[in-house]
Amino acid sequence: MKSLEDLKALREKLQSDIRVRENDGTKIIIGMGTCGIAAGAREIMAAVLDELAVRKLKNVQVQQTGCIGMCEKEVLVDVVRPGEPRITYGNVKPVDVKRIIADHVINGRIIEDLVVGKMDDAKI
Amino acid sequence: MQHIRAHVLVCGGTGCKSAGSGKVIESFKTEIEKKGLSEEVMVVETGCHGFCEHGPLVIIYPEGTFYCQVTPEDVAEIVESHLYKGRIVERLLYHEPLSLEAIPSYNDIEFYKKQERRVLANCGRINPEAIEEYIAIGGYEGLAKALTTMTTEEVVEEVKKSGLRGRGGAGFPTGLKWSFAKASVNAKNYIICNADEGDPGAFMDRSVLEGDPHRVLEGMAIAAYAIGSDEGYIYVRAEYPLAIKRLRVAIAQAEQMGFLGNNIFGTKFNFTLHIKEGAGAFVCGEETALMASIEGRRGMPRTRPPFPAVAGLWGKPTNINNVETFANVPLILQKGADWYCTCGTEKSKGTKVFALTGKINNTGLAEVPMGITMREIIYDIGGGITNGKKFKAVQIGGPSGGCLPESMLDLPVDYDSLISAGAMMGSGGLVVMDEDTCMVDVARFFLNFTQSESCGKCTPCREGTKRMLEILTRITEGCGRDGDIELLEDMAGKIKDSALCGLGQTAPNPVLSTLKYFRHEYEAHIYEKRCPAHACGKLAGYTITDACRGCGICAKACPVQAIAGKPKSKYVIDQVVCIKCGACMTACPFKAIAKG
Amino acid sequence: MDKVTLTINGISVTTDKNSSVLTAARQAGIYIPTLCYHPDLHAEGACRLCLVEASGARTLVASCVYPVSEGLVVKTNTTRVRSARKLVVELLLANHPKDCLSCQKSMDCELQKIAADLGVRKIRFIGGEMKAHTIDDTNPSLVRDQEKCILCGRCISVCSDVQGMDVYSFAGRGFHTMVSTAFEQGLEKISCSYCGQCANVCPTGAIVEKDDTAKVWAALSDSTKHVVVQTAPSVRVALGEELGLPPGSVVTGKMVAALRQLGFAKVFDTDFSADLTIMEEGHEFIKRLTNNGVLPMITSCSPGWVNMLEQRYPDLLPHLSTAKSPQAMFGAVVKTYYAQKAGIAPKDIVSVSVMPCTAKKAEAVRPELCDSGFQDVDIVITTRELGRMIREAGIDFEKLEEEQYDSPLGEGTGAAVIFGTTGGVMEAALRTVVEVVTKKQLPKIEFEEVRGLESVREATISVGDLKVKIAVVHTLKAARAMMDKVRAGMADYHFIEVMACPGGCIGGGGQPVPVNWDIRKKRREALLECDESSILRKSHENPEIITIYKEFLGEPLGEKAHELLHTHYTPQNRK
Repeated sequence: MKSLEDLKALREKLQSDIRVRENDGTKIIIGMGTCGIAAGAREIMAAVLDELAVRKLKNVQVQQTGCIGMCEKEVLVDVVRPGEPRITYGNVKPVDVKRIIADHVINGRIIEDLVVGKMDDAKI
Repeated sequence: MQHIRAHVLVCGGTGCKSAGSGKVIESFKTEIEKKGLSEEVMVVETGCHGFCEHGPLVIIYPEGTFYCQVTPEDVAEIVESHLYKGRIVERLLYHEPLSLEAIPSYNDIEFYKKQERRVLANCGRINPEAIEEYIAIGGYEGLAKALTTMTTEEVVEEVKKSGLRGRGGAGFPTGLKWSFAKASVNAKNYIICNADEGDPGAFMDRSVLEGDPHRVLEGMAIAAYAIGSDEGYIYVRAEYPLAIKRLRVAIAQAEQMGFLGNNIFGTKFNFTLHIKEGAGAFVCGEETALMASIEGRRGMPRTRPPFPAVAGLWGKPTNINNVETFANVPLILQKGADWYCTCGTEKSKGTKVFALTGKINNTGLAEVPMGITMREIIYDIGGGITNGKKFKAVQIGGPSGGCLPESMLDLPVDYDSLISAGAMMGSGGLVVMDEDTCMVDVARFFLNFTQSESCGKCTPCREGTKRMLEILTRITEGCGRDGDIELLEDMAGKIKDSALCGLGQTAPNPVLSTLKYFRHEYEAHIYEKRCPAHACGKLAGYTITDACRGCGICAKACPVQAIAGKPKSKYVIDQVVCIKCGACMTACPFKAIAKG
Repeated sequence: MDKVTLTINGISVTTDKNSSVLTAARQAGIYIPTLCYHPDLHAEGACRLCLVEASGARTLVASCVYPVSEGLVVKTNTTRVRSARKLVVELLLANHPKDCLSCQKSMDCELQKIAADLGVRKIRFIGGEMKAHTIDDTNPSLVRDQEKCILCGRCISVCSDVQGMDVYSFAGRGFHTMVSTAFEQGLEKISCSYCGQCANVCPTGAIVEKDDTAKVWAALSDSTKHVVVQTAPSVRVALGEELGLPPGSVVTGKMVAALRQLGFAKVFDTDFSADLTIMEEGHEFIKRLTNNGVLPMITSCSPGWVNMLEQRYPDLLPHLSTAKSPQAMFGAVVKTYYAQKAGIAPKDIVSVSVMPCTAKKAEAVRPELCDSGFQDVDIVITTRELGRMIREAGIDFEKLEEEQYDSPLGEGTGAAVIFGTTGGVMEAALRTVVEVVTKKQLPKIEFEEVRGLESVREATISVGDLKVKIAVVHTLKAARAMMDKVRAGMADYHFIEVMACPGGCIGGGGQPVPVNWDIRKKRREALLECDESSILRKSHENPEIITIYKEFLGEPLGEKAHELLHTHYTPQNRK
């Protein structure tokens, strides 16, 4: 370690490991009600985590939520990018996960065919 | 490789550990494994959050959900419900004492809302045994900046400009102190961190060392660079085994990463750190006694001058600051003195950590901006007095401090206001007392502490506090004499003026401040043989009220036959015979015996 | 030397810039009371009696440690100062036995004097707790009564900083702070040399010599006993202080007269046996030097020193001269030679010695010092005790006519008298050794090379063809440093003189108090004067010595001499 720059570079590298505790950045919220789990939410969760790991997206947070009443559309997956509306995708299958992450999470393009709802309030 | 989506932070501070957080961590690991979540959830042991009253504490990120008093039995539910299904376990949330509202998030709890957590920012948020986490939140950047972009003079100037004052007692300006040690030209200078936290009830330094040890190391290294020292000691009491362990880990990590050792950041600056374990004598918090102890001698203060900055450890110029002071330093360097000054009052900048204890709902550690009122600390952060009792006084500044009454609650908390009110900042111990506390007894308690901890070197402290203690004791026992108050005042003034070190000079403060604000309580004890708080055992009388049914049980319970009466009519206690043991009160089936 | 000017009570004082306010005040003739301060010791500012007001200081400051500075304004006599000092004394008295009138230290007690000076008339804390300790008096030399201790720390300082023995330290906290030995054991259980320096500096009666005067009175009043007394060289130059004379007064003749008035049958001089010691030790040295004996040879007349060596350097005991100390030689000779000559049964002789030393009391009861068939020396009293006996007997010391010592053990040379000061034994030995070896008269009697007061002095002396390297050491601290060198093989000396006390016997633990370097120097000058004014200044020229060898002992180191005048040493296993 020879300079402030060295240290800052190291910081960048290490920062992502505790990013989870910052409560900022893009969020992926998976419906984990009994209905969601029955519809395969755990598989979706695993797929999301795998994809995030593969793409090294350490600043994306994964949260869960309970049943929101649209049980027939489970598994529900929400994506919230900072400052943008909360988009809810329904009937998400493991194969959709790659698309959601590539198009929406990374590039901000909403995948209209999966959308079941939008919430303008970016706050959750 | 897996994406870790959740962090479970379990407090590993001394308070939570003694409340069983070690087993909670174990349970989390087992339950997470059972649920197959090991790849996506990480368990982290952190330092103290300060909310020790409610430990063991668990915080789950990314939501920041704050669980209190978590037992190993609760863990399965948290894992199943929160970590697996994303449902908050309502019953384990913190409930505000007054509104009884459940608060899910850390930042929404009243206890934390009014706090400005700078020194404690990382306590409870990072793993104190992982230097990587410290670096990840900007650690060692202050040191890097100082070493690679600033001259030693500039570092001293920056600290001077920040207005930082010593957090250990008298509040001496830190930058000025550094400039003294820097000015003493010598081939060898020392830096010492005073971690001999000894005030009853104070544990902020321990928490910082346990929760964020690297911050202290960084502060010391910056100070060492500034005054031209290459060797430092951390004098920490052996009663802090966890702090010592974490310091040792931190020093080893910092050495490995090159933040300690030779040619730090490629510069010519070298710095080695040692830990010296003290045996826990209160007086070793006094700088000259502390240095004597490091040198292997009995911890006894010596007269000044020469000041440590001129002739300190082993006769070499030495700069001593306490843990909290050093913990402020990295922030000043990293974010600049101007940022640092944004918080605090004109003459007291930054924040101060207080240890809240006594008859207060939220005991624990609170870091507040200087200038906040005592009322805000006690009522907003501390959640008010326990059991709905009335506030009587707050003792601030430890055994050298003073007791402030209700009328002083709106006093801004800063060094100078406290001194003018007859108390002092000290290390930041706050003991809250309610209406059941006798102020003469409080003065006696603190004087007993200083008397037992006096090093015995100088006459006024060794002999003088003993005689004051005897006078206070006899007052609380109902044997006070006319003239005792005046005698106490006379002695207190002279001891302040003639004792050798700061401890002796401040020892009479609890007596003086209680005399200033609660003189009537002394007078009641002496002249009316009465303790207004009903706290002094030997002055507590018992009387039988009209609720008496004349059963005679009290008379039978009385060991000295002080109670007499006719069956089915009200009994009477002979106050002369009564030895105030309270047996009658315990025995009475009708609650017909009152104290007072 | 840089000077600064300050103002004390309105008086302008110019003084060395490194002085304390106390020193500056005393220079200006301003008296500031002190208790823990002692001019020989490191100032601590602990007792808080020397408090003064100093400009710029928030509180009162202890003048003994407060440095002077240019323009400093000091006030030593304000109500604030006086009342604070008075409280300090009041607090000390509140925790001090009130038996002044019957205290051994009465009239020599510094606390008593200060209480009187400061007009402390009332103690507001009577009835409070007082410290409680058992008296430590199970050793032959010293009595420690901790209830009289005011925790000034002088004993700790003298024992550690001057003597290097570290017998005492503070222990406990607050009101229960005490001066403790290791594990609070009695002095006889720990590694104490009995040098008595602690008793010399103790301001109160907390450490005093064991008073053996009652034993002397009892012997004197026993008509069946023949009580003889010997007086050590250094007593004659110090006893006067006990009796109101200025330091440095030589009172040999008056002392002899007083001892006769007290009732001693014979008054003898330890100078006689000091000469005898030189004869034996000098010849022992020549023998070691010429016969590959253990070198360096080290003197053995200081019993505090011998104790220290037996306790802490038992491996170096072969270096000690086997010659007994003058007191012990005297004891052996009194109950043999003198008893025969005077026709008195040795069992009826009570042999008393007056010594500057508390360790001599312990030396006298050493089991090996019974070569006469009895305990050679029966009772040892110190200079201080003799002073008390003279006062008790109502003798008007100053008006006494000077008298002479009795014969045959009353003659001493100038060489013997300087035994009482550091370097004296060495010089006396050299005067004899050189003449014995070279068989020629010394052109100059004084050996200036070994004189002085530095704690270690060394010189190389020509003894005929031989170059003899010698060292002179005083204080046990310096002695320990020297022994470390000897042990490490780094000391290529042939002969070393060691005296336990600062300055030698003139600074002994049984000498009058107060004592400091000014006083010791005066006593020393008086001793050197005694030597210079002596007609006989070499031990081997002492006619009584010549006679005793002729009539009784035979040759130095001969069989009889060996039996009566030499001893052996035993390691003392103490903690």
